Amino acid sequence: MKKNDQIIERLEHLNPSKILTWTLLFIGSIVMVTPIIFMVSTSFKTGQEVYTLSLFPKSPTFENYIFILKESKFLIWLLNSLWVASFSTASVLFFDSLVGYTLAKFKFRGREIVFVAILSTLMIPTEMLIIPWYMMSREFGWIDTYWGIAFPGLMTGFGTFLMRQFFLTLPDELIEAARIDGWSEFAIWWKIAMPLVIPALSALAIFHFLGNWTAFLWPLIIVNDPDMYTIPVGLASFNGEFQMDWEIVMTASCLATIPTLFVFIFLQKYIIKGIMLAGLKG
Amino acid sequence: MIKSFWENLTINQKLAITAWFFLAVPIIFYVTIRFYPTFEAFYVSFMKWNLLGTQKYIGFKNFSRIFGDEDFWIVFWNTIKYAIIGVPISLLISFTVAYYLNEIRFGHQTIRALYFIPFLTTAVAMAWVWRWFYQPMPIGYFNIILSWFGIEQQPFLRSVEQGLYSIMAPAVWAGLGFQIVIFIAGLRAIPKSHFEAAEIDGAGRFQILREIILPALKPTTVFLVIISTIGFLRIFDQVYNMSADSAGGPLNSTKPLVLMIYEYAFDMYKLGRASALTVILFLLLLFVSLLQLWLARDQYEKK
Repeated sequence: MKKNDQIIERLEHLNPSKILTWTLLFIGSIVMVTPIIFMVSTSFKTGQEVYTLSLFPKSPTFENYIFILKESKFLIWLLNSLWVASFSTASVLFFDSLVGYTLAKFKFRGREIVFVAILSTLMIPTEMLIIPWYMMSREFGWIDTYWGIAFPGLMTGFGTFLMRQFFLTLPDELIEAARIDGWSEFAIWWKIAMPLVIPALSALAIFHFLGNWTAFLWPLIIVNDPDMYTIPVGLASFNGEFQMDWEIVMTASCLATIPTLFVFIFLQKYIIKGIMLAGLKG
Repeated sequence: MIKSFWENLTINQKLAITAWFFLAVPIIFYVTIRFYPTFEAFYVSFMKWNLLGTQKYIGFKNFSRIFGDEDFWIVFWNTIKYAIIGVPISLLISFTVAYYLNEIRFGHQTIRALYFIPFLTTAVAMAWVWRWFYQPMPIGYFNIILSWFGIEQQPFLRSVEQGLYSIMAPAVWAGLGFQIVIFIAGLRAIPKSHFEAAEIDGAGRFQILREIILPALKPTTVFLVIISTIGFLRIFDQVYNMSADSAGGPLNSTKPLVLMIYEYAFDMYKLGRASALTVILFLLLLFVSLLQLWLARDQYEKK
């Protein structure tokens, strides 16, 4: 009975303008993903069929994927990207939260200065630092190394600020109690405070990983050796080489995009919540 | 010896030492990877320097040469165009979508996810897809679709007039999902009682939008305007990977500041000139950030 009432109530709420709104929004959302859909569909097409607007390939083929994996260094680039992004994300999670925690929960002289100094780095655009970073990398031999790609992003002002905001909300009594029980300061942070801010940590992890995965300018500068390319730099290098074979280029673009989409499907809730959190706190 | 020293300290002293111990590695990082390079960027902007030679102090000459360069002004206005046209268009679309999407329940999450997906893509990968769409017949889908309606072929990326907008489109497209999610969060944060009160007063839909929703969303809007303005002023990936003829072409018509910095620094190795350009970019972004502080001033005063 109750269910019936609910349905009737819902139907009463339905009116033509609402249906129109829904339809327009739905069409818009399909338009938004159209480029991605055609990218995927084209990656399964043969060279001849690329020029037709068909959504489903007549005879789907994996040839393009086999070609990419055999003829280009895509797999190496994928591993490079994965390694750099993971290393960088791990570092950011550790250090940004350690600094954020220290600035939120310790009282000591100079705390404000450190906080303002770290916050002020947010005003400096990366583009301003790439030339000094490049000089530094030449000097120390960091060009064409994983460290060279990763080092500028190992700690971030944004992450530190975000984590500090979350640690501020934890009650001081919790930490005091652990101190009285004889916990070390490091253990209090790692074992008590950190588990309580997991939502913030996962938001930061997702943001930072995605940012690294798609980063282009710095890897383009610091890497010359094709064996050290990350995926975006590798994709850009297709310019000229396979330029006219759109199905090959689409396959590579597809391989670059699919991993993040998969992650999104599984973590959708956290990602959307994370963005809302970060957006509102920041 | 050390142990007795430690035990003689007060609790607060111990905590302060622990804090500095935790901050030691990060402070080294921030000093060497952030502050020193910032200082160096300003310093080099007053030098004549081409990578292999020695640095020579030339005062403001890099800046005066930049301001006397016609190409710089083309690039500067291109950069401003990306922001001044891109930001209002993307915010208008994303607000409209968020406003209506917030009202529907059926399929809400799925539709929101579809709008959001482009945000997760790699700009370089999507640059290829859009570049393909922009191709002339018989390859490019846009021109194929135009031909159905009997509209003549458009040059898109190959034209001086259309190039910049053709490159702006995927940048707008990729950012919409983020803005929609933030707008929806903002809309949901408006207390329900506001709407109820307005309805009792007999306010119409448009009136509610204008008098309740838009003022309540001001902080959200300011945040998004600044974030996306800064994003568009720093546009690079799309231009580098999409523009016709050469990066920033045709005829520099799509070239933004960051691409010019890249060319001076890493194609021509004129590091002094490139650094001076980064200082100009910094000042431009600083101006935008200060604008945010000024726009959001009531908010801070209230807090």
